Amino acid sequence: MYPRPIEKASAFTNISYRVALPISIVLWLLPLLAVMATSVRSLNDINQGNYWGWPSEWMLIENYTQVFTSTPMFQYLMNSLIITLPAVAGCVALSTMAGFALAKYNFKANIWIFATFIAGNFVPFQILMIPVRDLTIQFGLYDTHWALILFHVAFQTGFCTLFMRNFIVGLPTELIESARVEGVSEFKIFWHIVLPLVKPATAALAVLVFTFIWNDFFWALVLVQSDEVRPVTAGLSALQGQWLASWQLISAGAVVAALPPVILFFTMQRHFIAGLTLGATKG
Amino acid sequence: MTSSSSNKSPENAVNSASELTAGKRLRASDVAPWMFLGPALIIFSIYVLFPVLQSIWLSFFEWDGLGEKTFIGFGNYVELFDSDQFWTALTNNIMWMVLFMLAPPMGLAIALFLNQQVYGIRLVKALFFFPFVISQVVVGLVFSWFYDPSFGVLNSVITFFGGDPVSILADEDLVTYGIIAAGLWPQIAYCMILYLTGLNNLNHEQLEAARLDNAKGWKMLWYIVLPQLRPATFIAIVVTVIGALRSFDLVATMTAGGPWGSSTVLAYMMYEESIFNYRMGYGAAVAVVLFLIMDIYIAYFLWRMIRSEK
Repeated sequence: MYPRPIEKASAFTNISYRVALPISIVLWLLPLLAVMATSVRSLNDINQGNYWGWPSEWMLIENYTQVFTSTPMFQYLMNSLIITLPAVAGCVALSTMAGFALAKYNFKANIWIFATFIAGNFVPFQILMIPVRDLTIQFGLYDTHWALILFHVAFQTGFCTLFMRNFIVGLPTELIESARVEGVSEFKIFWHIVLPLVKPATAALAVLVFTFIWNDFFWALVLVQSDEVRPVTAGLSALQGQWLASWQLISAGAVVAALPPVILFFTMQRHFIAGLTLGATKG
Repeated sequence: MTSSSSNKSPENAVNSASELTAGKRLRASDVAPWMFLGPALIIFSIYVLFPVLQSIWLSFFEWDGLGEKTFIGFGNYVELFDSDQFWTALTNNIMWMVLFMLAPPMGLAIALFLNQQVYGIRLVKALFFFPFVISQVVVGLVFSWFYDPSFGVLNSVITFFGGDPVSILADEDLVTYGIIAAGLWPQIAYCMILYLTGLNNLNHEQLEAARLDNAKGWKMLWYIVLPQLRPATFIAIVVTVIGALRSFDLVATMTAGGPWGSSTVLAYMMYEESIFNYRMGYGAAVAVVLFLIMDIYIAYFLWRMIRSEK
């Protein structure tokens, strides 16, 4: 293990380390803690400049209720769900098929197609913006949920294909070959052999991509505009303009917007990190 | 069918005993990859590949987004290179790239700090990773609040030590540093996770051998540990550069490029020119410049990847 286990250090170092841990977390998360503290204050406190003292009254329930009753936050959250869930399903499905093709068939263009998916995944959004916006308008999808769903499926398929391909490469080829010898069709091989084996990977991928799509802001600005369609990121940013003085509400909104990916992360931590660190140990 | 060419693939060579059925199977496994790839390739081409080419094409036109397109050759680029705003944006992008390079070493430092097995360490690691999981819009809001001159945490600290409050986001000279600091927060978290994974996979025998030879401190880190962490460092640098060049969300939420365009970056400038000023061709030219800069890193990454596949 590196660095040396702290248990083997002197008692003093050992204890200092354990004390330093919680302190470092508080410092690291200080901006966030400040926002969380603000979200439970009253407007009175904020107007009187009581930002750091004990809240004169706890407005946890009031503030968070007000976010939902006097702003379209609930609508934004629903929009985010309506956009994110099908988009995740779409790109996991497409990339599992594409990943299988790239991992288990030898054909000439294989590595180049793979490289294209990866390269596309790194492209700056701005180089896609005008054509994708035009396309969306031409399809009659501008300012609909579909505008964002279709784009996210297409774009995330790049990263997802990389992920699925690298996972499927590791599956035993003998299994697929012996099925082929038995005369099982290619599609049935995919359905009955590959799919059950990739289930854990698709779960990991889904969590990761959910976070990416949920947190998207740029496309939410470019492809939709009305409150009925806007996801929570763009919604929050719009609220920030309208509710400038009501920091307690904006903070509560920010906490609500951040919650779904955070909950997913804490419940599926291992999968999430496995996806992000893909390739960080060899290559 | 062209059984001779298909026979090259090893999985089919096994089947060549039965000519007829083999022929059928060969055909199936020639077509099959394209059936599986088809949907992904089609939608990826429509939404990613063609738009890249269309944007490059568009950058040679004067276009307001609705009316006629007028071909002006390199006109947009000439105007771009003459514009102060462009150089401000480019300079800011370079500042982002340079300062973002702090993320890998700082991520490594935190990873080394946290790579212990004490009680509750998993929760601590998760909390350190936290900033990466939340949306950049929320990060932007959080930091705007953090920097606020009248009630932000930062100014409370400064005034506590007797300093004068500074309005970071309204100060032309400080604003970009302020936004970059906000961007570093999640980026350091990402690098930390990459290094924590790398540290988990160190070669123990090599470490023990080095320890027997009395290697410690910086020497140990530099000569024994860092070489083993090279894959993690490579990915950390790639995602950090791409992250720096992609910076948009924070600029948009924290300052909208202000004050007076001083915190803009290429990504934000492009958005502003196209959406607010209706200059699609000019915006496309900005995007192409950004794309070309990014291509250097994309090409390098692909080159490494293809080499490791072969």
